[in-house]
Amino acid sequence: MNKNILVLLFGLLLSLNAHAALDITITEGVEQALPIAIVPFEWQGLPDDLPVDMHVTIANDLSRSGRFQTMDPADMPQRPVQFSQVSFNDWKLLGMENIVIGNVRPLAAGNYEIEFRLINTISGAQVAGFRIPASRDQMRRTAHRISDIVFEKLTGIRGAFDTRIAYVTVKKQADGKKMYSMQVSDADGFNPQVLLESKEPLMSPSWSPDGKNLAYVSFEGRSSAIYIQNIFNGTRERAASNPGINSAPAWSPDGSRLAMTLSKEGDPEIFVMHLISKTIQRLTTNRSIDTEPSWSPDGRSLVFTSDRGGSPQIYQMSAAGGEAVRLTFTGNYNARARYSPDGKSLALVHGADGMYRIAMMDLTQKYMNLLTTARYDESPSFSPNGSMIIYATTTGRGSELAAVSADGRVHQRLAFQDGEVREPAWGPFPQP
Amino acid sequence: MTNRLILILALAGLLTACGSSQEKSGAAEVVDGTGSENGAKTFGAGENSIGEADPLTADASSPLSVKVLYFEYDSSEVLPAYKEVLEAHANFLAQHPERVVSLEGHADERGSREYNLALAERRSQSVKSQMMVFGPSASQLRTTSYGEERPVNEGHDEQSWSQNRRVEIIY
Repeated sequence: MNKNILVLLFGLLLSLNAHAALDITITEGVEQALPIAIVPFEWQGLPDDLPVDMHVTIANDLSRSGRFQTMDPADMPQRPVQFSQVSFNDWKLLGMENIVIGNVRPLAAGNYEIEFRLINTISGAQVAGFRIPASRDQMRRTAHRISDIVFEKLTGIRGAFDTRIAYVTVKKQADGKKMYSMQVSDADGFNPQVLLESKEPLMSPSWSPDGKNLAYVSFEGRSSAIYIQNIFNGTRERAASNPGINSAPAWSPDGSRLAMTLSKEGDPEIFVMHLISKTIQRLTTNRSIDTEPSWSPDGRSLVFTSDRGGSPQIYQMSAAGGEAVRLTFTGNYNARARYSPDGKSLALVHGADGMYRIAMMDLTQKYMNLLTTARYDESPSFSPNGSMIIYATTTGRGSELAAVSADGRVHQRLAFQDGEVREPAWGPFPQP
Repeated sequence: MTNRLILILALAGLLTACGSSQEKSGAAEVVDGTGSENGAKTFGAGENSIGEADPLTADASSPLSVKVLYFEYDSSEVLPAYKEVLEAHANFLAQHPERVVSLEGHADERGSREYNLALAERRSQSVKSQMMVFGPSASQLRTTSYGEERPVNEGHDEQSWSQNRRVEIIY
């Protein structure tokens, strides 16, 4: 029935193009970054056949975390490949305490072996070193894994480069009509995959904790409905299509339940659907708007937006139901909160004086810290290690993506080359 | 106050035409057979076999010709200026129990999308509950919400937003 307005595409089978759809520019905050040199990896195959420039991908990852300043290869005193080739003094003189070296070796049948070492030039010791096999298609992921290892060794925080983001794009077509697309890409914007295209609006992507499924809202049936789609094989099911709105799906941390907003009983209320039995439980009972649920990482409570006090504010309640407690008191607009992965803070949209910005609220101290400075920012989503927040910002060209470090120090833009990008959702760590 | 009401009504009248043409082009995208709930198809002479001019389209000065209601920021309260409009539509529906309207709620882009979806739905429900006072049955009034997803004006200023905070009455 929906064939004419809907194209379902199989997640991993289709690659739109090899180039990044997102151009990343760091706009501020690099001055306190740790210097590091990623030496170009030696390529041991045919000259024009290198699948991925490993050192470029790794350097880009580390730079955009805001915690590292990477050295231009042109400024490097040498390009060692093996540990024994490193002239520690040359690097020390340049103040370059950490360097990464490596090589890529082609094996039979399109397989490769990547070897890399992270070396501290002060101590003259290897901090980490791995040999990783990869197919041609896995090369970029392997580079992200190396970035993750380097990041964790030097910051003590688990890296989140080998992760994915989901987002909605909107393109105006030649006939002036809009085409909406639900997409998933690597966290650096490469390898965008289309999961769904529709002429009707798409909204609210939410990852399952295992990274295999995406819940979202589609208007393809001329009113909102919640779907769950397997991102690997493209199959999907309709999880909720009641009269009224069906929106704001949010997966519980254990993956067994989906919180959502339904207005089938009159007012928009928070419900929890048990995904195996498909039974649903109503959590809120209020003659006001209750929406935008987000689970605490321990699964015991939810925060949500409600205007029960006269303006949209964040409330918290037990996942078992009961009384809701108001959390935000600063400003007349606080909405769409997301728990940080450690459960200690919320990222939310804070509106004041006609500006809508991303703020971080400490749940213990209850103070709010503004992270962004544009006029219309929305849809914050934490990286799974909690160090970054990706969000949507509206400019004269429409909505595009931006990211900010959780401390508000490092800002970056992720400029989409074509059309609008909105509602980013950062996926979980890859499953072991 | 009076000036503001005049402004609102003028804006409402001005935008009715573009609002409904927007709807026609929107409906053309959808080929699932439910498009007939959109007014454009049902105004035909065939339906009104008694030969009467359809009051919904014939008289531009009639309150029935106003089919878009605008709202204040973050509010689902129907402005008093629309009392006459709602009463006229409600009476028409009460006299034509076979007619069904869609009350389509919309919001401006500011704030979060999911909250705006809920806000736009409340706008459509406010219109529905006010209309029901005058006699049409609940089954004649279908509410839907598109939140901020379907602006009629894509600008990022108050003039654009004021046109996007709306409920469209679609026959």
